[in-house]
Amino acid sequence: MKKFIDPTGELEASERFPLPRLESLKSKTVGLLDISKPKGNIFLDSLETKLRESNVLVRRFSKPTFTRVAPISLKDEITRTCDAVIEALAD
Amino acid sequence: MKTSVFLKNTCETCTLVGPLVEKYVETDALEIYFQGDSFFSSNVPVIQDLDLAFSWKAAISIVPTLIRTDDLGSEIERVEGWDADKWAELLSIRVPDDFPKFKPGCASDTLAPGMEQKLAALFDKSILKSREISISSDEDGIEACYDRSWSDGLPVVPPTKERVLKMLSGTDRDPSEVLGRVPPNLVECTVEKVAVNAVLAGCLPEYMRVVVASVEAALEDEFCMHGLLATTYFSGPLIIVNGPVVQEIGMNAHGNALGQGNRANATIGRALQLVIRNIGGGKPQGVDRAAFGTPGKLGFCFAEDEAGSCWESLAEEKGFGSNESTVTLFAADGVQAIVDQKSRDPESLARTFASALKSVGHPKLALASDAILVISPEHERVFRLAGWSKVDLKASLNKLLFMPGKELVEGAGGIAEGLPAKFRTRSVPKFRDGGLMIVRAGGKAGMFSAIIPGWGASGKLGSVPVTRKIL
Repeated sequence: MKKFIDPTGELEASERFPLPRLESLKSKTVGLLDISKPKGNIFLDSLETKLRESNVLVRRFSKPTFTRVAPISLKDEITRTCDAVIEALAD
Repeated sequence: MKTSVFLKNTCETCTLVGPLVEKYVETDALEIYFQGDSFFSSNVPVIQDLDLAFSWKAAISIVPTLIRTDDLGSEIERVEGWDADKWAELLSIRVPDDFPKFKPGCASDTLAPGMEQKLAALFDKSILKSREISISSDEDGIEACYDRSWSDGLPVVPPTKERVLKMLSGTDRDPSEVLGRVPPNLVECTVEKVAVNAVLAGCLPEYMRVVVASVEAALEDEFCMHGLLATTYFSGPLIIVNGPVVQEIGMNAHGNALGQGNRANATIGRALQLVIRNIGGGKPQGVDRAAFGTPGKLGFCFAEDEAGSCWESLAEEKGFGSNESTVTLFAADGVQAIVDQKSRDPESLARTFASALKSVGHPKLALASDAILVISPEHERVFRLAGWSKVDLKASLNKLLFMPGKELVEGAGGIAEGLPAKFRTRSVPKFRDGGLMIVRAGGKAGMFSAIIPGWGASGKLGSVPVTRKIL
């Protein structure tokens, strides 16, 4: 038996499972997150129109810059106020 | 009170003291430890220290060593080698007149090459905190590392405890010191974990302090390592090394400086990337979303040729002394060639540089990517002979790199890509203030220079180059 020293952070779960998906958007609030890449707003404007036509509550958010992770306060706010979030990832 | 002596049979001084030790044993209690086989007759009781456990625990570096301890086991006195007066005093014996007054001992077997780490791995349970992974003795070590996804695609050096301990000997930093949190998983990164990944990368222990400084620089908030990892763009971290450490560890700043063939250049950058991969969990097809990447993402590190340059170095420009060693981290793409074999005056060569630099990212984009201009000895000669300093060249380039906005806006020249229309009536600099850096490196022959373009998101909203002193 040989032994190696673990080079990893030793924190990664062996498996990760996504949160349960929503059955329906009825009476749910959907967050639309603009990561501040060009034209992300056009995509999200279009989604917002479609969601509102279906009587879904919509909240808009944006990151200060696409290059960095969202501030913790923004992630907190989205978590507290939304049931689902759609992120406009690229231009 | 207890007396112990450590001997080995291949040591002349041990052979000299043998008869005295044997005589003393007859009269009083003495523990005799032998590294290897004893040269005494079988009626002399010895403890054979075959695995060197006793020698290691007693920190023996010389044989013979005589140690006196009190009843609680605390050391009172130690004599290394032969010293007639001290041996006589400690053992209360009369030393024969034909004995020399002094005779130096021999190196203990605990000091054999690699033995220190091997013994620490065997007997010191407290140094390393990382978990140990058991590998079947039938399993190939390199393949085992592949199977556990610890490799960047090339074979890695299996991280045994001995190798990790040896790597840690290259730094004075405490193995448990936390250097920061590594993205994307924001995992605490200790000096020990850096050492494990430096082993994987193939580093020598003397590279450790450069690797540690590079990791610290990469984890500075302004370097934006998370974004650099996650971007769809080409970039990865480049390390430029300045100062005396370049000579000390034998880095290459000359021919093929940006290429293969030098262990320090090749493995220091790789160690940083393996830290991001293994500690932070940043892997291609995971959070690393690069559309193409670049070969430099296996590791990109080179040294500036300070000795061969008439200009101040990158580190000096950043306020460090020439006697200080530094790393500068830059979010870099691949290398873009500049050919100019005909310019013999600085104005012409500066215009060549400027026209090539305009193509960074896209000829119609500005204030997006930073860039590093790596100037070869033959190109630098043109400026040196004309008396141009680096400041002069930068001033010339900044002037040449102001471009009319009407040529850069979206749609201009029949190209949809470009700056927003609001720039139409302005002159626009290609680079943000401080976004163009110049270093000297490369082989003696070849009228070429190189551009290392930066990430499309350079500057405060993206990545800012970070320089850090190597401790």
